[in-house]
Amino acid sequence: MDAFAITDRAIDPAAWRRRLGHPRAGGLVVFEGVVRDHHQGRAVLHLDYQGYAPLAARAGDAILAAARARWPLLAALGCHRVGRLEIGEAAVWIGTAAAHRAEAFAACAWIMDEVKARLPVWKRETFADGAAAWSQGAVLRPDPGGVAPAGSTPP
Amino acid sequence: MPAVTILYFAHLRDQRGLESERVETAAATARELYRELARRHRLTLPEGALAVAVNEAMTGWDAAIADGDTVVFLPPVSGG
Repeated sequence: MDAFAITDRAIDPAAWRRRLGHPRAGGLVVFEGVVRDHHQGRAVLHLDYQGYAPLAARAGDAILAAARARWPLLAALGCHRVGRLEIGEAAVWIGTAAAHRAEAFAACAWIMDEVKARLPVWKRETFADGAAAWSQGAVLRPDPGGVAPAGSTPP
Repeated sequence: MPAVTILYFAHLRDQRGLESERVETAAATARELYRELARRHRLTLPEGALAVAVNEAMTGWDAAIADGDTVVFLPPVSGG
């Protein structure tokens, strides 16, 4: 099943990884996006994420469904955390499973690109110098549902 | 006058100082509603930087606004 979650609790990568397992899978690819301690040369203390949860979950589901329509995946899962995150914590987790690794790698990378472009989620960085700012970001693509046509070029 | 619920996120939440509010408005479209709010609260994001959602569905600036709608103007996104 496609399932994209928005959560305000710590992401448990081991639990998500267990859900990816499939007897026909020959390759599992997992991407974990974690909070780093710098941005454009400035020291970062922590991040705060906001998300419009109902729309973000639905956009995530649509992205996973589009990936499954495009690659022969056995599983595709993801989640994005909101709230305050400390350095090293996971902000996003994406996992794909396929019979062969090429599809799992390609789909995982594509899903992550789509997540960044299509989820109504916002990141605010608090810097060591005391300043805090919303990340510049990209205008949300208005395509309803975020479904990419099969065979289209990945962004 | 029709009343709508506005949800604010990120830059707009900071500028408005609220997560949500109920607003009575004569605005017929999302564009008219944003212009009204931007004028009243000095919201600085231009329409070109925003996306529009009405009742939890992405829509366009010309979307009609009706009594009871929930409207969200979505600033540039930065997930991941």
